[in-house]
Amino acid sequence: MAATFAWIAVLIIIVTSVGLLLARDWRSSIILLAVQYLAMFILVLQHWPLGMASVKVVAGWMSAAILGMTHSGLSDEDPEAESGWPRGRLFRLFAAGVVLLIVAAATPGVDTIMADAGFAITAGSLLLIGMGLLHLGIASHILRVIIGLMTFLSGFEVLYAAVEGSVLVAALLAVINLGLALVGSYLLIAAATQETDSA
Amino acid sequence: MNAPTLWIIVPVILGVVLLFINNHRTLSIVGGTAAVLLALTAQFVPIELALKLGPFSLKIDSSLTILGRVLLIQPSEGSLLALIYGAAGLWFLGAEASQTATRLVPQGFMIIALMVASIAVEPFLYAALFIEMAILLSIPLLTPIYVRPGRGVVRFLIYQTLAMPFILLAGWLVAGVEASPGDLALAAQSAAMLGLGFAFLLAIFPLYNWMPLLLEETSPYVVGFLLWTLPTMTIIFGAGFLDRYSWLRSSPQLILALRYLGLLMVVSGGVFAAFQRHLGRIMAYGSVAETGFSLLALSLDLRLGIPIMFLLIPARALGLAVWSLSLTIIRENVETMRFRGARGVLRILPVAGAGVVAATLSTGAFPLLAGFPARLALWEGLSRVSIGAALWMGIGIIGLLISALRSLAVISMAEEYTGWQPRESLSQMIMLGLGLIGLFVLGLFPQTMQLFLSNLPFMFEHLGR
Repeated sequence: MAATFAWIAVLIIIVTSVGLLLARDWRSSIILLAVQYLAMFILVLQHWPLGMASVKVVAGWMSAAILGMTHSGLSDEDPEAESGWPRGRLFRLFAAGVVLLIVAAATPGVDTIMADAGFAITAGSLLLIGMGLLHLGIASHILRVIIGLMTFLSGFEVLYAAVEGSVLVAALLAVINLGLALVGSYLLIAAATQETDSA
Repeated sequence: MNAPTLWIIVPVILGVVLLFINNHRTLSIVGGTAAVLLALTAQFVPIELALKLGPFSLKIDSSLTILGRVLLIQPSEGSLLALIYGAAGLWFLGAEASQTATRLVPQGFMIIALMVASIAVEPFLYAALFIEMAILLSIPLLTPIYVRPGRGVVRFLIYQTLAMPFILLAGWLVAGVEASPGDLALAAQSAAMLGLGFAFLLAIFPLYNWMPLLLEETSPYVVGFLLWTLPTMTIIFGAGFLDRYSWLRSSPQLILALRYLGLLMVVSGGVFAAFQRHLGRIMAYGSVAETGFSLLALSLDLRLGIPIMFLLIPARALGLAVWSLSLTIIRENVETMRFRGARGVLRILPVAGAGVVAATLSTGAFPLLAGFPARLALWEGLSRVSIGAALWMGIGIIGLLISALRSLAVISMAEEYTGWQPRESLSQMIMLGLGLIGLFVLGLFPQTMQLFLSNLPFMFEHLGR
C-alpha cells in the first residue's frame, strides 16, 4: 500500500515539476509548488514518522505562501519576460523528457548507493533534483530561480530522509527552506522597488 | 556558561539587537569592541578549566546540547575563535569608514556566529547546514532592498546553495567508506560528491564567475568581508574532513587533486587579474588566487601545510580589508571603477590608492608585505615536491604583480599639472593608515601572529602533528 502511495507521489511530482517548467502565471507556479511539497511529504513518510515528515510539508507550504504573498503585492509582470532565455514550451517539454530519461536510467544505480531507499523514493527525488537543475539552467527571473532551488532541495531532502533521521537536521532544513523563501521575497521586492523607481 | 553560548548564541543575539541601531559610528564602535572582547576572551580565558578571579571561580564548559545534537568548542579551538573574532572586529571597526556599518555589523555578527557553529556542530557533517544559513543571511547584506539585485547575487545564491546537498550526501557516503574501506566504487563516488560540494562552496574554477560580478555590482567592503569569511571557514571545515577520515588523508589522488586545483586557482586568478580593466574585478581574481594558495597548502605534507594554511588567514583578512575599504572609497568618488574612470584617482584619494596597490602587492607575495611570509614558505614547500608546480605558482604570482603595477599606473595617470586634493575623511585615512601599517608589520614581523597561530594545529587530531 505504502509503495502504491509512493508511486502516486512520483506521478504527482512528474506533473508538478513539468507544470512548473511550463507555467507562465505565477499563481499556477505557487500552487504547483505547494502540491509538489505534498508529494514530497508522501515520499518522506516512507522513512520518517508522521510528525517529522509533516515538518517538510508545513515548511514547504509556508515557503510557497511567503513567495505567493510577496508576489501578489507586486506588479503582475510576466516572469517569462527574460530576453535571451529559451521560452518555447516544446523546448521545455523536450528538456523535461531528457531529464525523465536520465532519471529512469540512473535510478537503479543511485538506489543501490543510497542503502536501498526504495525505487519510488529514489526516482521521485532524482526527478525533483533534475527538474530543479533544469529550471535553474533556463530561468533568470528571481521567482523562477527560487522555485528551481526549492525543487532541487526538495529532491535532496527526500533522498537524505532515507538515510538520516535526525531531528536537528529536519529543523535546520526547514529553517533553510523558509530562509530561501524569505530571501526570494526580499530579492523580488528589491527588484520591484527599482523598477518602480526607474519608471 | 558554555563556549557555544558565548561564541555562537551571544553574537547572534547581539546581531539582532544591533539591527535596531542606525548610526554608522555607534554600530562600528559597539560591534568592533564586542568582537574584540570575544576574541580576547577566546584567547585568554581557558575552556573547561576553572579560572580563579579573587573569590570567584569561572569555568566555561565546552558543549551545548540542542535537539539531541551537540555544539562543541574544544579548548584547542580558542585561538581559532580569537583569530576569527579579532578579524571580525577589524572589519566592523572599518565599516564606519566604508559607510556599510548598518548592514555589515549586525548581519556580520550573525554570519560569523553561524560559521563558528559550522565548526562546532557534532556530527561535523551538519556544518553544511549552518554554512547555508550564513549564505542566506548574506543576501540582504549584498543587496540593499532599494537596489535591483544583479546577476552576481543570484549566481552566488545558486552556486552556494547547490553545495549543501552534495556535502551532506558526501558526508554520509564517506562514513560508509570508513566502514568498508575495500569498496573502491563507493570511495570514488563519495570523493566525487565531496569534490563537487567543495567546488561550489570554495568557488573552484570555473564556478567563481559570481565573484567579479559581485564586485562590479555591490559594495566592495561587504563583498570583501564575505570573501574572507566564507572561504576561510570552508577551508577549515574541509581540513576537518581530512582530519577525520584516514583514507582521505592518505589518498595520493586527493593530494594531487588539491595541488592541481590550487594551481588552477592561483594561475587563473593571477592571469585573469593581469588582464582586467576594472579595479573590483582584480580584487575578485586576487581572492580566487588566495583560495588557491590555501588549497596548495593543504596539498603539502600536512605537518608543513597546516601551519602555512593558518598563516595565510590573517594576511588574507588584513589584505582584503584594506583592499576592499580602499575600493569602496574609490567607488564613492569616481563614476566607475573601470580603468577609464579611475585614471589619476591617486591625486584625490592618495591613501585609498596606496591601499589598493599595497593589498594587491601583498596578495602577489611582494616582499615585506603581509602575504609574503606564508607564500614564501608555501613556494619553498611546493618546490620540494614539484618544481613544475612551483613554476606554475610563480606564473600566478607574476600575474597578480602585473595587475598591481597596472592598477598603480592607471590610478597615478593624472593630467599634467593636476594638484593633490585629498578627499578622504579623517576616519577613512586613519583606518586605511592602520591597515597599511598592519600589512607591513605582518610582512616584516610574521612572528607577531604566533601568539594566535602556534596552537591552531592542535585543533586537529591528526593533521599538522
